[in-house]
Amino acid sequence: MRWSLTTLGLLVVLGAVMVVAVSIGAVNIPLADVWSVLLHHVTGRGATGDPALDQIVWTFRAPRVVLAALVGAGLAVAGAVLQTLVSNPLADPVVLGFSYGASLGAVLVITLGGAALGGLGGLGVSGAAFVGALAAGALVFALGQRRGRLAPTRLVLAGVAVGYVLLSMTSFVQLMATPTELRTVMFWMLGSVAGAQWDQLPTVAVVVVVSTVLLTLFGRRLNALLAGDESATALGVDVNRLRAVLLVISALLTGTVIAVAGGVGFVGLMIPHLIRLTTGADHRRLLPLTALLGAVYLVAVDLLSRTLTRPNELPLGILTALLGAPFFLWLLRRDKGLDTA
Amino acid sequence: MKLTVDQLHIILDRSPILRDVSLEAAPGDVVGLVGPNGSGKSTLLRTVYRSLRPAGGVVRVGGDDVWALSSRTAARRTAAVLQDAATTTGLNVTEIVALGRTPHHGLMDRDGTEDHRAVAEAVDRCGVGPFADRDYATLSGGERQRVLLARALAQQPRLLVLDELTNHLDIRARFELLDLIRSTGITTLAVLHDLDLAARLCDRLVVLHEGAVVAAGPVLEVLTPRLLREVFGVRGDTERHADGVVRVTYAARPLAPRPMEVGGPRGEGS
Repeated sequence: MRWSLTTLGLLVVLGAVMVVAVSIGAVNIPLADVWSVLLHHVTGRGATGDPALDQIVWTFRAPRVVLAALVGAGLAVAGAVLQTLVSNPLADPVVLGFSYGASLGAVLVITLGGAALGGLGGLGVSGAAFVGALAAGALVFALGQRRGRLAPTRLVLAGVAVGYVLLSMTSFVQLMATPTELRTVMFWMLGSVAGAQWDQLPTVAVVVVVSTVLLTLFGRRLNALLAGDESATALGVDVNRLRAVLLVISALLTGTVIAVAGGVGFVGLMIPHLIRLTTGADHRRLLPLTALLGAVYLVAVDLLSRTLTRPNELPLGILTALLGAPFFLWLLRRDKGLDTA
Repeated sequence: MKLTVDQLHIILDRSPILRDVSLEAAPGDVVGLVGPNGSGKSTLLRTVYRSLRPAGGVVRVGGDDVWALSSRTAARRTAAVLQDAATTTGLNVTEIVALGRTPHHGLMDRDGTEDHRAVAEAVDRCGVGPFADRDYATLSGGERQRVLLARALAQQPRLLVLDELTNHLDIRARFELLDLIRSTGITTLAVLHDLDLAARLCDRLVVLHEGAVVAAGPVLEVLTPRLLREVFGVRGDTERHADGVVRVTYAARPLAPRPMEVGGPRGEGS
């Protein structure tokens, strides 16, 4: 029962943080006004009031806050699953090369424009990033096999190697970029949800929610995977097929959120561990809680990123690590289980 | 549940690991699988818990070819305690034991009363209740093995496969585990390095040497001085003592020449 309370608590916190995040900005809007605008758009009841206020709340800030929540949830869940999948606590979408694939795709389109690499430019920055992430995922998938089976260590090493290659290609393309393009590239690679619009949200929402639910249903089998490959097999899990299915879902999930928000790092690494250290490693609880905490964290980070250096914005990736790492380290020091292995 | 291994051939990386291996465990039997390092014991176990598909031959559990069963059905019949067990899982003891319920559920199933009952019973039986809420990583070696055995029992198997369950344990923990296994009444195939322990635990022994069965049968008939010398390269003997326990005793000189050079030392110290 403790964990359902935690879930409820996190849901309440997420709601609160999102409403507060909508109210704060270049113009601070009273919470009551935020509430009435949101209520009006969601339920269709009540008056919209001031059209300027309506525009700020509903057109500019709300989609941004929702996107931050979705991206945070998606990255955190993908990180949690990847860590179990490759039996490595350091795994996340960055380590497995997905993020660098997305970066290369995005940077190519930003610098070379629509003409980039034949049809790639036509996909736009998001489309190219998505294709890049999936291509990197497919490459890691292919290289991570041994005798027709996906091998955890090989997957991680393949991910790191593919990541480095993609990163060097990205760096090369950056060298040819103009200063303006370079700033866009930097921002993209460190992640931002500033460009959020309502029409891009349904796709992202469906992918994040469906993946999270699906991965949670695999929770029992993911737990078995924690016992080791052979033991999981003896527990009736088809380990190789499970790895393949989960890797595909994680790559799709990661590709989708990175495509719209850029390479936000550290969320996928840190949030799952925070939940493991506080409420345990059972994936049936870990994944939903990880999604919620990831959402809360990225909404909060996005709020800071646009208020700390007003009127300038900071990319998300700078703050996710800067704020998260000290807390993470403190929590690690408290944990006893890690040292006694 | 009866286990039958019939004319099994295993080839890994083009070299034969098991050649024409056959063995049987009658329902309720505890069969020990012994042999020097690299004789193919763990490989044989892998074919039983359906991790390795044999190049030839068949493994039957309860009369069915394990590869004709789904992975989940096979795992509802056979539980295994293996050596790959990771320690830093982040799971606590109860959660580890509950892993035994994995093959009893599809993707959409939630835990039911039967699951809770099976887990509670296994926890009770293996005496892991006192540390049920602790992180598995913080347990001692003996406690860990009892937890893994509890996981296997929660699986409600009809056949138990054990790979070096008692390794690295102190003598008391070893004896306790052996008693626990015997008390379950489940058909068991156990790989054991310690021959004396194998002699205590098992009804029958199967000896593997270089991928083939070289002896099988009741302990006293199998562990003869000649077999100890030729397969294990030691001088020793097996006897039933006055207290009814079968013990293996080794000669003062620990090592005879390696089996390849047999023909050297004479005299079967008894």
